[in-house]
Amino acid sequence: MILRWILYYHQKEILRGLIEYPYVTGTSIIGIKYKDGILMAADMGGSYGSTIRYKSVERLKQVGKHSLIGASGEISDFQEILKYLDELILHDNMWDDGNSLGPKEVHNYLTRVMYNRRNKFDPLWNSLVIGGVKNGQKYLGSVSMIGVHYEDDHLATGFGNHLARPILREEWREDLSFEEGVKLLEKCMRNLLYRDRSAVNKLQIAKITEEGLTVSQPYSLKTFWNFAAFQNPTVGATGSW
Amino acid sequence: MFRNQYDTDVTTWSPVGRLFQVEYAMEAVKQGSAAIGLRSKTHVVLACVNKANSELSSHQRKIFKVDDHIGVAIAGLTAVGEFRFSGRSERRSIPITLKYLTTADGRVLSRYMRSECINYGYTYESPLPVGRLVYQLADKAQVCTQRSWKRPYGVGLLVAGLDESGAHLYNNCPSGNYFEYQAFAIGSRSQAAKTYLERKFEKFTESSRDDLVKDALFAIRETLQGEKLTSSVCTIAVVGVGEAFNILDQETVQALINEFEISGEEAPINESVAEQSVGDDQRSAAAEEAAPMDI
Repeated sequence: MILRWILYYHQKEILRGLIEYPYVTGTSIIGIKYKDGILMAADMGGSYGSTIRYKSVERLKQVGKHSLIGASGEISDFQEILKYLDELILHDNMWDDGNSLGPKEVHNYLTRVMYNRRNKFDPLWNSLVIGGVKNGQKYLGSVSMIGVHYEDDHLATGFGNHLARPILREEWREDLSFEEGVKLLEKCMRNLLYRDRSAVNKLQIAKITEEGLTVSQPYSLKTFWNFAAFQNPTVGATGSW
Repeated sequence: MFRNQYDTDVTTWSPVGRLFQVEYAMEAVKQGSAAIGLRSKTHVVLACVNKANSELSSHQRKIFKVDDHIGVAIAGLTAVGEFRFSGRSERRSIPITLKYLTTADGRVLSRYMRSECINYGYTYESPLPVGRLVYQLADKAQVCTQRSWKRPYGVGLLVAGLDESGAHLYNNCPSGNYFEYQAFAIGSRSQAAKTYLERKFEKFTESSRDDLVKDALFAIRETLQGEKLTSSVCTIAVVGVGEAFNILDQETVQALINEFEISGEEAPINESVAEQSVGDDQRSAAAEEAAPMDI
């Protein structure tokens, strides 16, 4: 009798999060610091499992005056995060007092949100990259769905960690110009395009500096498929059948 | 202020539009021992007079660190001795028990401020902007002026802090009002300090940290009305760019007091005329070292 009562009142909490899968997902985000600020790249794909269902999903968004957020993972959860951020920035602006939340504050706020949800077994299924410039200070940070957070000069989510970060570790420099930064990001995105099955060839690059944010128009990368390895892909693979 | 039929509770207006209970609470602040604050572009200094209840008891703590970048000085009715004042014939309507409650008010408000700073720092990894803290503090005080089952806080606060928009000094009243100041004083005989600060405040923005501390000591001396200024009756605290809020220890304060007591009676800024009039060689030599010349 009591058990039934508990179940009735706490059904939501008991069942909450035990069954949770992402449905529509975005793939990697790559972010780098460059001379004047932060550059971030993301493709515009929204996959529904193995189907590339949506091809115009904007995964890079502005947050307040100083920050840029990129998300991979469940798109609907990203939309909810954007709602939280919208309210956060609104209240910050309403103070109207010359103070404003910068990328560091936004990053930490999101860390608290993500970790809190993880503790309730009801995560927001995203990996986020937050970047920005405030008072001359560049900031680039990452938060995962379980609340793991860190900062670095270059970051990536998902497959980007395996396919893009090695390139960045070799080729990233403190004083990259805008053009060099974009070229570096494109190199990484091309690599992801070849190797990540959920990548689509339609990407945006966002730049945030002290002056402000600009997100590029969507464009495609040129790809080359005449590599010898692609001609005869299985030639090096040994197997018994 | 005479006792009247409109001062029983805080939610009753008088016919001329006054809330007497709120005004009585502000009186409590005026009875407390003095607290002063002054700021430059990069530093804020708080100073207060510490009066002990009796020789046997320790001095009241009036300055509290709220966070690395914010500190507060509190003034309110705290000591029995303060209750007697000369030259006034009206009876005060402040109940006797209030004077024991107001340091508790100060403690509670400090705890609230610390809590807010900690929560903000935890969420945002960033220091709480001072203006936002005093705003919340003021809202808290206002609530007590509009509930029949509450009473206003009996302390005034001088909040000193630093944030990205610069150095700030605020005064929070029991009424729920708050104002920002370049320099201010509250508590008993604060008018003497205010007069001194009014003469000097224009220079404060560009003052160095040490000059600011010296001016704070001079202002405190004004409130003592001839009593000897020693480090046992006053407390000084500083917060600034690159300097977390800290209360100076007694030796440091005494050394500073000795420095300007030896070099002459007058304050260092703008008083080079008075220093030169002192005939003693040693003194004027010390004056040139100790006092920054107005070049």
